[in-house]
Formats: sequence, structure tokens, C-alpha cells
Amino acid sequence: MENNNAFYVALSLLLDFDASLVQIVALSLQVSILAVLIAAVLGFPLGAAVALWRFPGRGGVIVLLNALMGLPPVVAGLMVYLLLSRAGPLGDWGLLFTPGAMVIAQVVLVLPILAALSRQKVEELLGEYREQFVSLGMSRPRMMPTLLWDARFALLTILLAGFGRASAEVGAVMMVGGNIDGVTRVMTTAIVLETGKGNLPLALGLGIVLLMLVMLINAGVYLVGELTRRRTG
Amino acid sequence: MTKMVNLLFAGVTSLGLAFTAYAGDYITLASTTSTENSGLFDAVVPKFEDATGIEVRVVAVGTGQAFEIARRGDADSLLVHDTTGEQRFVENGHASERADVMYNDFVLIGPADDPANIRGTQSAAEAFAAIANATAPFTSRGDDSGTHRAELRLWEKAGVEPDRDWYRELGSGMGPTLNTAAAMNAYVLSDRATWVAFGNRQNLTLLFEGDDVLFNQYGSLLLSEEKHPHLKHDLARRWHDWLVSGEGQQAITHFRVDGQQLFFPNAK
Repeated sequence: MENNNAFYVALSLLLDFDASLVQIVALSLQVSILAVLIAAVLGFPLGAAVALWRFPGRGGVIVLLNALMGLPPVVAGLMVYLLLSRAGPLGDWGLLFTPGAMVIAQVVLVLPILAALSRQKVEELLGEYREQFVSLGMSRPRMMPTLLWDARFALLTILLAGFGRASAEVGAVMMVGGNIDGVTRVMTTAIVLETGKGNLPLALGLGIVLLMLVMLINAGVYLVGELTRRRTG
Repeated sequence: MTKMVNLLFAGVTSLGLAFTAYAGDYITLASTTSTENSGLFDAVVPKFEDATGIEVRVVAVGTGQAFEIARRGDADSLLVHDTTGEQRFVENGHASERADVMYNDFVLIGPADDPANIRGTQSAAEAFAAIANATAPFTSRGDDSGTHRAELRLWEKAGVEPDRDWYRELGSGMGPTLNTAAAMNAYVLSDRATWVAFGNRQNLTLLFEGDDVLFNQYGSLLLSEEKHPHLKHDLARRWHDWLVSGEGQQAITHFRVDGQQLFFPNAK
């Protein structure tokens, strides 16, 4: 390489449209987006439910969700590894070292963030809406969709926080995916590999590509959010 | 909103396609970072895939972790470099067969000005003793890998108990350890392959090589059919047999970095 500048490397990576890089980028996006979607389908209702219902041990659940936001990715990876390993309880699924295993590990990482933050947001809204709800005689299960819908812009931001966590982590996908070339190699594990080879400019170049990608997604979501906000007033 | 839902739906659909596209015959091979980081697999595996149509998925970890992955039945085949550990693995019934595949050697890397003066030493043990005497910084893998195990044997041979003042146990792979050694200007034991392919040497240079005790043998293992009936034993055997066949051995010979041969086939 005639120029060892990381920005130059990043630029030429993008301009060359290198096939293996495209595959790595595509897999990164697929795994993280799917993980965030699954986590949202489970996490938002969970967060709203904890906000709405009063039950024994509720405080404990809230503390647990908040604490799990800080779960180290490598611990999540290790837990999922032990579950999916052939010697583990779900070994028969044969999922270890596949993209499916990476999705599961990222769901474990993202779910607490979505649940804990949406719980907080929904609880705030509930405070504002409570009197209206009571006057309408609304039941809790009917409040949930209303609250979630009215919190949608905040939820979008929470979704992005979850996506950030998923696309940035390396410990979990490395452990359960194995960084297999062409199968489970994603941006972050490729960066670790290139750093290991001492190809620091290439590693940093990949990092810049990842950063640009995440910025692009954030800009897109911001735009969608702004447009809908304006339309709905 | 519907647009976004459509977009997400398209994303999920393409995801499903991507996941199913990986079907076909493949084996999972647990191996070491030295083989992966040097680029050996990129050169050798495609030749096997062309010859047999079997895809080889390499999970590159330290030798200790590779053994653990195989012991749990999570890989179909194993290619590592710790002959003692490999023989024990066979004796304990985890593997049914072991074969020598190739060797390379360990080399002692250090700062170009060589403060411990190991350039002038006659044996690896002498070089290690000189580093300890000079209390020059030494970075160790510290990750129970094949290279780490070899390094520990060399300290023992040199009759030295490494001291925390100058001995840094990193717990990382070969590449990251070389990165750290380059940053600290420290001595480090590396396999030759990773060193030759390594791109961030800074002030480091090769200082000692050629002692017989630095010999680094790689072995291929077939895993126990009894303990792991679910593994792809037939496909794994074809990989194992190909590696030690004339064709496989030749592929190893032909792998060069900067014109230098990094692995030397020696199957019997």
C-alpha cells in the first residue's frame, strides 16, 4: 500500500467496493438490525408492562433491568456460548458459530436497554395521562398501545441506543460467532483481526467505515423522525 | 411509518436469505491464531474446497480455547500446536487420531538495540536467562496458547522464575502481544509465521532463532465419534487426510509471505 493513512485506506475501501467488505458490512447490519428488532418486540411491551402494573418485586425487576444495561458483552457471549454449545442445553439447535447465535447474543445485550429506558419513558407519560385514562375508564392493557405510540419518538431514540450497543460490541459476537471468514465475520471482529495482524491502518480504516455507516443510519432515522413529527404536528 | 415498516421488512427478508445461503457441506475447524493471522488458511483452505467441495469454517483462537471448543463438541476438527497437549487429548478419549502436519519455529523478537544482548547467545535457554538478568521488559502471551506453553517451558529450561517487574503477562493473541511488545519495546517469543506477516514492527527485530527447542510442531486431530456422534466425522476425515496427503502438503509448502516459506510440511 503506497499510502498508509487510515483515512486513505477507509476511502479506498469504500471506493473499491471490495466484495468481502460489502459482505462483512451487510452481515454486521443484518445481525444488529434483526437483534434490535427482536429486542424491541420483546423489550418495549416489557418496559411498558413494568411501568403500568404494580406487583411484588417490581422494584427488583427495575433494578435488574437497569443493571443489565451494563452487562459486559463478553459475559453475554459466554452465557450464550454455554447455552448453544453442543454440551449445553440448546446444543441440538446447532446454532453456535452461525449468524443466528450472534443475533441471540445481541438480543441479550440490547433487550435490557430497550426495556429499562422505555419503562422510564412510559412511566413519565403515564403520569401525564393518568387522569385522562381514569376518566375514560381505560384498562391497563388498553393503555399500553396508546402510551407506546405516544412515546414513539423517544422509543426511536432508545432503539438507536440499542442499535449502537449492538453494532459496537465485539466480545459477544467474537465468542459465539467465531469470526469465521465469510460466515460470521462482522465489522468489529474484522477490526480485531486486522489489529492482531498488525495492519493498524486497515483496522482503523474499517473502524472509520463502521462509524460512517452508523452515522448514516442515525441520520436516516433522525430524518424519518423529523418528517413524521412535522406531518403529525 | 409504513415506509419504515416496509424497509424493516425488506431488511429482515434479506437477512433470512443470507442465513440460508450458507447451506452446503462444511466443517468447523478450531485452530490457532498463528495459522489464521499469518494467512495460511487463506492460501490452503481454498485448494481443499476446490478439490472436495467441502467448505472449511475456521474458528481461530488460542490452543487452550481450541481444545475446549473441541472437548465440548463444538468443532468437527482441530489443528493446533501443542504436541504434549494433543497426545493427552487423544489419551483422554476426546480425539481418536492425531497426525503431524507441519512445523515452523519460534523466534525471539526484541528491540533492535538489544539491551539484554541475546544476539550473542548460543541457545534459547541462554537467551532467556540473559533477558532475565538484564531485567529487560518481556511480553508474554499469558493465554494458555501453544506459544505460551512453549515459552513457559523455555523459562523453566533457563532456570528462571519470571518476575513481575519486567515480565508482562498480557492474556492476548500473538498479534496483539506483538503490538504491545512494539509499543513497550519489549522482548517477545513469537511463532515465525505471525512475525513475518506482522505489519506493525516499529523498533522490533528478530534477535534469536535456530535452536532445536524452538521447533513448533502442528498436529491435526480427529475427534471422538463416541463422545460426539453429531459431528461431521466423514467430512472431517477428508480434511485430515487431505492435509497429510501430497496435495495438502504441497499447498502448505507453496504458502509464502514476502517470498518466505512459513510452514514446513512434515506428515509421515
